[in-house]
Amino acid sequence: MGIIRKALSSRPVASLTSPHTIDHYLDQIHPMLAAENVRARVVEVVQETGDASTVILRPNGAWKGFTPGQHVQFGVEVDGTRRVRCFSVSSSRAAKKGTFSVSVKAHPDGYVSQFLHHELKPRTIVYLSQAEGEFVLPRDVPDNLLLISGGSGITPVMSMIRTLRDTGHQGRVTFLHYARSRDDEMFTADLDALAEAANVTVMRVYTRRPAPGAELKGRFHVDHLKHLGIDPTDTLTYVCGPAGLIATVRDTYTELGAADQLRLEYFKVPSVDLDAADATGTLTFDDARIEADNSGATILEQAEAAGLKPEFGCRMGVCNTCVVKKNHGAVRHVISNEISANTDETIKICVHVPVGDVNVAL
Amino acid sequence: MAKTKNAPIKPHSASNHNAAPLSLVNTHSDKKATIGLEYMTYEQLEEFGEELNAVRQRVLDDLGQKDADYIRRVIKVQKASEVLGRIGIFMPFFPPAFIAGILFLGLAKILDNMEIGHNVMHGQYDWMNDPMVDASRYEWDNIAPSKDWKHGHNYIHHTYTNIHGMDRDIGYNMFRIDEDQPWYASHRFNLPLAFILMLVFEWGIMYHGVELDQYLQGKITKEDFQGRKKRALKKIRKQVFKDYVAWPLLGLALVPFVGWWAPVAILVANIVANVIRNVWSFIIIFCGHFPAEVQTFAEEDAQNETRGQWYLRQLLGSANISGHKPFHVLTGNLSYQVEHHLFPDIPARRYPEVAEDVKLLVEKYGLQYNTGRLSKQVASVIRQLAKLGHKPDDPYKIGNSPESKALRRAKREAAAARREEEARAPQLTS
Ligand SMILES: Cc1cc2nc3c(=O)[nH]c(=O)nc-3n(C[C@H](O)[C@H](O)[C@H](O)COP(=O)(O)OP(=O)(O)OC[C@H]3O[C@@H](n4cnc5c(N)ncnc54)[C@H](O)[C@@H]3O)c2cc1C
Ligand code: FES
Repeated sequence: MGIIRKALSSRPVASLTSPHTIDHYLDQIHPMLAAENVRARVVEVVQETGDASTVILRPNGAWKGFTPGQHVQFGVEVDGTRRVRCFSVSSSRAAKKGTFSVSVKAHPDGYVSQFLHHELKPRTIVYLSQAEGEFVLPRDVPDNLLLISGGSGITPVMSMIRTLRDTGHQGRVTFLHYARSRDDEMFTADLDALAEAANVTVMRVYTRRPAPGAELKGRFHVDHLKHLGIDPTDTLTYVCGPAGLIATVRDTYTELGAADQLRLEYFKVPSVDLDAADATGTLTFDDARIEADNSGATILEQAEAAGLKPEFGCRMGVCNTCVVKKNHGAVRHVISNEISANTDETIKICVHVPVGDVNVAL
Repeated sequence: MAKTKNAPIKPHSASNHNAAPLSLVNTHSDKKATIGLEYMTYEQLEEFGEELNAVRQRVLDDLGQKDADYIRRVIKVQKASEVLGRIGIFMPFFPPAFIAGILFLGLAKILDNMEIGHNVMHGQYDWMNDPMVDASRYEWDNIAPSKDWKHGHNYIHHTYTNIHGMDRDIGYNMFRIDEDQPWYASHRFNLPLAFILMLVFEWGIMYHGVELDQYLQGKITKEDFQGRKKRALKKIRKQVFKDYVAWPLLGLALVPFVGWWAPVAILVANIVANVIRNVWSFIIIFCGHFPAEVQTFAEEDAQNETRGQWYLRQLLGSANISGHKPFHVLTGNLSYQVEHHLFPDIPARRYPEVAEDVKLLVEKYGLQYNTGRLSKQVASVIRQLAKLGHKPDDPYKIGNSPESKALRRAKREAAAARREEEARAPQLTS
């Protein structure tokens, strides 16, 4: 398929199908058939815990594979709308050929995570990006490696440790994981099995319901490292989890002069406050990396006030010139007063005001 | 940044174009717009606006799988007919297949430009979050680059619909199609020029989007103009290469079996398919705004308009074409021009349903609803072009008459004086 795919994505073919791409045509035959669009079929959805599931996927030939620690943009279509969220790959790179998996923790009001956990059926086709992200192991893994994770942040490091196991890595690996309780922990059986290996130390800390006679208790603390006999300055460390955990680990490493050993990944799960009072919260212009206090004006006006120059036309919600992606947060339409709180949707910024914290791709 | 609480945004305001390059807000006077006063009071206009807002919201709330399925079905038919067309025109040795091929290719281009391209580029399917039907990404099978078309169409034409001096689509700078347009000698050729434009309509749309006239009048910057020119040239290259070079070249493979003329036949088939689409889209678009009963407006009357007045201007400034369902699909549902202008961003397949609500409101307020069969609207457009091509008696209607020139000079001077005043008191304009 490699040569055919190359030929199909070539310039001569593109000039024959212009202004469309070959995938616009292949898609009509079958959605899995594509030169460049990554799609996958759901093989199985496995319940990990009461509120977490692993989704096993079989991608089409356009998928170029992943490096452990990377994530994919994962899109499901429900009632005509495609909803896209990032999920980290949780499986081993050396796992069964042709499949990989992501693992998801369902958020109380979350749309996609709830859908994956409760409703996603085998054989469904999902819309992916290629694997992306810099939170990956180096080509030559050093002899001392520490993986720290909290809650659903376990997924990318799980992919790392599984891959290390399957590729016969001999160096010392310590895995320090924080979960609320054993019932809330994903991959329990696999973690138990990993703990058997001579070069691997698996330490799980249950913050709400500690195991009887647990060696470590509570949230991350520098003593936890001491207890495990880890010297941060010569241990390459990966941390992924809630913002609080990441902040504490980063502070600890900075204090110990080991910041250069630390690799971080945030799972930015947005928060939405539909009842936010007028003109509260922060408006974030993500691309420009500017934050401004929400003034209550339209997002277009606030962007202009912040020195940005977004495109616009009618400034009355008619022409669609000003649309941008709202990454997350709730906005109110100034004419209809309708509130939309979906993550990752496009909005006309000339007729929307933020409700609480909002993040837009400007 | 300090936390200042802005005054709440005025709801239902249509003319909050505070910083738009062309503005319907009169910064010197808050005199209300006069549009629609012959039909209703300001209160009624306000109510009318709210009723239409409610119709729009009702449809938006109901969008879902069936709308997604619909547009995908149309795309499927479009792609299938394009492929069938390409296969058909590769059989110049078998005329029935060859002719069917041309028709399929023409149909594919019509569907791509009208029901898919035009509507997708309005953002009607943005809510699907599917890159294939995303307004900012869609590029159509047409010489005109989508970016500049969207600016001229979605913004200028749909915002300032039928306002003289603002909507560049009144007669496309080429025809005199409305009494209130000044007459020039070239308008004597209204009809033959329209016929020629019909055959090469996609080139006309492209040229319109380059905005040479706006540049020469100093209304757009040099960079803007050059960007438009560059995009147009790039799109021309791609379209011409595809239809008139690459596909005919593939026809060389047929030469040993069919004869030297096979690539020429394929080239001609491509030209004919493009002309079919040109003729069709020209007819539909001219019938949307140029029949006699459609109204146009003066800028002064539209300044500071409310949303209700904006809606009314759309209603009075457009005309529908009645017909059967397949006809509507082929027009991209632009046969529901009135509904399209009221709600340019809701999926066009909803216009028939929305038309019922619109008609109720038209009845309630005693308004005018322009509609008619295709033959009637075409005849009306032809009559308009013919009639208004004649030199009018009134010297003020003749563009080059001394009277008109004096009038324009007076207007220019007034505008300059206003600008000067603005420069002196910039805080007034914000
Ligand atoms: C790089 C990266 C990797 C990631 N990897 C993973 C992973 O491996 N596993 C994983 O589980 N997650 C991962 N995430 C997080 C994931 O992408 C989603 O953010 C998460 O699953 C929530 O998505 P959702 O659709 O369920 O919630 P959304 O619908 O996006 O809602 C977001 C939040 O807003 C709240 N909310 C939404 N709508 C409303 C409303 N109307 N009223 C009140 N509150 C509301 C919800 O409670 C929720 O907490 C990752 C994120 C990033 C950036
Ligand atoms: S500027 Fe026209 S829709 Fe926002």
